[in-house]
Amino acid sequence: MKIIVCVKQVPDAKDVRLDPKTNTLSREGVQAIMNPYDRHALEEAVRLKEQHGGTVTVLSMGPPQAEAMLREAVSCGADEAVLVSDRAFAGADTWATTYTLAMAIKKIDDFDLILCGKQAIDGDTAQVGPGLAERLDIPFVAYVRKINNCIANIMQVERLMDDGYDLLEVPLPALFTVVKEINEPRIPSLKGKMRAKKIDITKLTAVDIEADLEQLGLKGSTTQVVKVFSPELKGARAILAGTADEQVTQLYDKLLPLL
Amino acid sequence: MDYFLSEEQQMIVDVARQITDEMIIPQRAELDETEGYPRDILTAIAKADLYGLYIPEEYGGLGGGCFEIVLALEQFARGCTGVATAFAASALGAYPILISGSEELKQKYMPAIASGEKLAAFALTEANAGSDASGIQTTAVLDGDEWVLNGTKQWITNAGEAQIYTVIAITDKSKGPRGATMFVVEDKDPGFSYGVKEKKLGIRCSSTRELIFKDCRIPKDRVIGRIGMGFITVMKTLDQSRPGIAILGVGLGQGALDEAAIYAKQRVQFGKPIISFQAVQHILADMAIQVEAGRALVYSAAKHIDAHKNDMSKASSMCKVFATDMAMKVTIDAVQVLAGYGYMRDYPVEKMMRDAKILQIYEGTNQIQRNVIGQELNKEYMRA
Repeated sequence: MKIIVCVKQVPDAKDVRLDPKTNTLSREGVQAIMNPYDRHALEEAVRLKEQHGGTVTVLSMGPPQAEAMLREAVSCGADEAVLVSDRAFAGADTWATTYTLAMAIKKIDDFDLILCGKQAIDGDTAQVGPGLAERLDIPFVAYVRKINNCIANIMQVERLMDDGYDLLEVPLPALFTVVKEINEPRIPSLKGKMRAKKIDITKLTAVDIEADLEQLGLKGSTTQVVKVFSPELKGARAILAGTADEQVTQLYDKLLPLL
Repeated sequence: MDYFLSEEQQMIVDVARQITDEMIIPQRAELDETEGYPRDILTAIAKADLYGLYIPEEYGGLGGGCFEIVLALEQFARGCTGVATAFAASALGAYPILISGSEELKQKYMPAIASGEKLAAFALTEANAGSDASGIQTTAVLDGDEWVLNGTKQWITNAGEAQIYTVIAITDKSKGPRGATMFVVEDKDPGFSYGVKEKKLGIRCSSTRELIFKDCRIPKDRVIGRIGMGFITVMKTLDQSRPGIAILGVGLGQGALDEAAIYAKQRVQFGKPIISFQAVQHILADMAIQVEAGRALVYSAAKHIDAHKNDMSKASSMCKVFATDMAMKVTIDAVQVLAGYGYMRDYPVEKMMRDAKILQIYEGTNQIQRNVIGQELNKEYMRA
């Protein structure tokens, strides 16, 4: 089974500060880590490889510094690492990012499964996984909490819902985004670390992936961040008192006019 | 202090540190309380390739030596000496095969030990054979193609958890010290069973039980080395393994120093953090000096052992005595710095103090180590 895991380098949430002037994330001096949900996606891919054989390729779009994160992914069991990096990608929103990743994956060409974290902890959009699946025109399941089996190229997965889970069967190739409940990521092994130190990371530019420059980066983005702010809490709050029966009556009286 | 580790050695430290910080430290209090065996931690250690550190590459290991395993053990012991003991016990059980075993035995057992798939244990001590190993009463008699073992081993670390046991038994009582032989016993061998789990002062998550042999029959080819060479294998094994115990003292001492220093910065009395008082600073300073001195000695001894296979005893015993006596003192001091809070089980230092005591006792009491050092000195100065 050939698995691609999309990983993103994000600022360490333990260490995040907002720039008081611009209201944007201050990345200066903040340690960069692998997006925690992507770590679960990587672990699941490595477990699938251990179970079914195959290879795991980690793929990231990001600045050259993201190489450190890709090496860490190799130390945790990935076989190959691909970094898609170009100044032309700067300022990409999820629309432009999925375009770039899709072009890179078309370049890699050969895969049975793509795994992503359910979202990145910096942007929190949860759009890149589904967007990428649309671009590649393959089936997609979000919030996967368990992969049960894979029989005759059909994978049975559990999708975490608010009130339980959905059991789904999905033909491969497909893309899943995973939740943290899916597994406990491993600690890098010594042999993995030694391999990670030596491995050649494949580096692809905009030209390498044959991308249309108009669709990349800020230019290719359909959304612009104008302002980041915490919404003010509005609306009156009331705390009801009395016995449970009295409180229910009071609540009923308050809600009735709203219907 | 910078000990100028190679890149590979630094990787060992980093992997072991991550396991310690992410798995061992969060679980240690519960493991101590429940006396449960740390299976998931040991599995993580196996997956991280650390069981193979000291095993040659041809048997599936990473080809390191005493120094490499010492680096990993130091980290584990900083978190929990019980977990570190459970890990180290497998190496102790494996050394007799590595040191004296035939090529066939090495091929048969070492790869599974190197991967951590199987654990090993070492069985020397008996009710009447502790510091005086010649008191061994377990016997092995050759009957056709099988050896038949009878007797009971006591306080065996990893008993009931390991699959591979290296056991010393008397094969010819008339030959005295040349009458003992080492064998490999497997967990499923007929006539082999375990006694109850001992209740200990410290290192409670490590398993300590009896091994009971009642007409236990094992194939003839399970002899480690030559018949009658058992004591020599035991002595070489302990020379090789003792720095592994010494470094538990260093890791434990470091853990106690860390706890004491962090607490002293936070605890306010008389309007100031207690670390600002000279009385506390001096305790911490003495702790730091001793831990660093212990580390320097153990690292040096481990490197000496890796380079001089035929001259290990004195270096091995010296580092064991110094670093484990140090750990006892430093952990007592850590409890003193935390004072009332340190005495409570809510803080880790009382456990550290309980854990420290065993280091002065097992793998040869510190009194026996001083005998070894004294005898070596006697030999050295006889030549002078």
